[in-house]
Amino acid sequence: MGAGEEAIGGRRLTKVVIIRDLWKSYGKVEVVKGVSFDVDEGTTTVIFGPSGAGKSTLLRCINMLYHPDRGTVFLRDIDLMKVGDKINYYRSKFGMVFQHFNLFNHMTVLDNVMIGPKVVKKIPRDEAKRIALESLEKVRMKDWCSRYPSQLSGGQKQRVGIARALAMDPEVILFDEPTSALDPELIGEVLQTMLDLAKEKKTMICVTHEMGFARAVASEMIFMDEGAVVERGSPEHFFTNPVNERTKRFLSRLTELYGHHESRNRFVDEK
Amino acid sequence: MSSLFDVLLSQFTFIIEGLPVTLSLTAYGLGLGFLIGLPLAILRVYGGRRGRLFVAAYERAMRSVPPLVLIFLFYFGIQTTVFEIPGFLAVMLALGLCSSGYQSQIFRGALESVGSGQMDAARSLGMSRLQAIRLVIAPQALRFALPSWANELATMIKDTSLAFVVGVAELMRRADYVRAATFDPVIPFLVVAGIYFVIVFPITRIAGTWGREKKRLVAGV
Repeated sequence: MGAGEEAIGGRRLTKVVIIRDLWKSYGKVEVVKGVSFDVDEGTTTVIFGPSGAGKSTLLRCINMLYHPDRGTVFLRDIDLMKVGDKINYYRSKFGMVFQHFNLFNHMTVLDNVMIGPKVVKKIPRDEAKRIALESLEKVRMKDWCSRYPSQLSGGQKQRVGIARALAMDPEVILFDEPTSALDPELIGEVLQTMLDLAKEKKTMICVTHEMGFARAVASEMIFMDEGAVVERGSPEHFFTNPVNERTKRFLSRLTELYGHHESRNRFVDEK
Repeated sequence: MSSLFDVLLSQFTFIIEGLPVTLSLTAYGLGLGFLIGLPLAILRVYGGRRGRLFVAAYERAMRSVPPLVLIFLFYFGIQTTVFEIPGFLAVMLALGLCSSGYQSQIFRGALESVGSGQMDAARSLGMSRLQAIRLVIAPQALRFALPSWANELATMIKDTSLAFVVGVAELMRRADYVRAATFDPVIPFLVVAGIYFVIVFPITRIAGTWGREKKRLVAGV
């Protein structure tokens, strides 16, 4: 059995990402303080917590967009802290979806999605285009491929952002608060897309406060505060008997702000 | 006796022959400033602390020295100590270096107005830093830079008149020839002023329009 595999209940789960004792500071401010967790293939991990908890920084350390100070991240059996110059190659195995979409404003929707396969994977133009259209189809944005990002709504932009990540056929997709910048009526279409991906057994790590989504698809939830993991467990655990006081307080605040998680995101119950 | 119109026309036809020299000085100076300025701007924004300090010092120096001083340094300095340097080349180098300080600033501002999210997104696809700059950051930054860059073009056109002092026969020099030949201290300079105006005015107008366009682009509307 390989390093990243273990048998659980007779089923063999393969670990795609293993995070060990990750630390990151900006100057004297410690932002991520010794975070460890594993992500199994085909599962969705939801990370949530108050702003400033280090969630976004953690996510950016996972694909080495920010270089961690200490600790490491394994992508399958590759130690990403030890790959040196090849980090660009391994980074391409992580898709990333951003809170503010970060679409390339000077490119059409199609070019946004094509550029990864074409430039990074060196796939010939026609084939890259085919892949891009396929990804756009998946997020139901194929009809928009000659538009520019400035001509799209927030929800459409985010779906293109997801298509851009998908086109690279990543091992894992990292979502950094993908719905936080969206108008409420546009959140549903993005969540639906993410839900589709979860059903297809894409491996995902999502920083999000969408508890309906978490409840529907998360196999593990991680509550972070002040740079550290405070509590972790199944959605069942968090919604029925969270242990830590800070977790309880945060969850009840979420409910106050957004209403009860079951009253929202109805589609989740329809599945 | 010739009419005022004939005087103007004959002076104009003489002076305008300096236009190709003025324009090629402008092109070379601006081109040199671009070739030095753009990499410096990239170094300033993405080159870490040392890169930033180096470029800041360079910009400060280039922008603090009058272009005329640089022209004299190149023309007389190199002339007498190293080798015979044509006035055209000396002016081109001086104006190019001077402009590189300004262009570096222009492109720095433009690079910085491309949000850091664009770099994050490009890098997260697996692009190297250079790929990201070349394919994602620079194309957007150059668009943002256009209005300021057009202003720099206007400045450069006017600054080429300094080439007059080292005997390059551009517009200004030829206007002064007319003054010397006709002892008329007014008309030749009015004519040359008119020529500069006709060239520079549309450029500054276009820069203004692009400036409003840029605000729209940056706002992402």
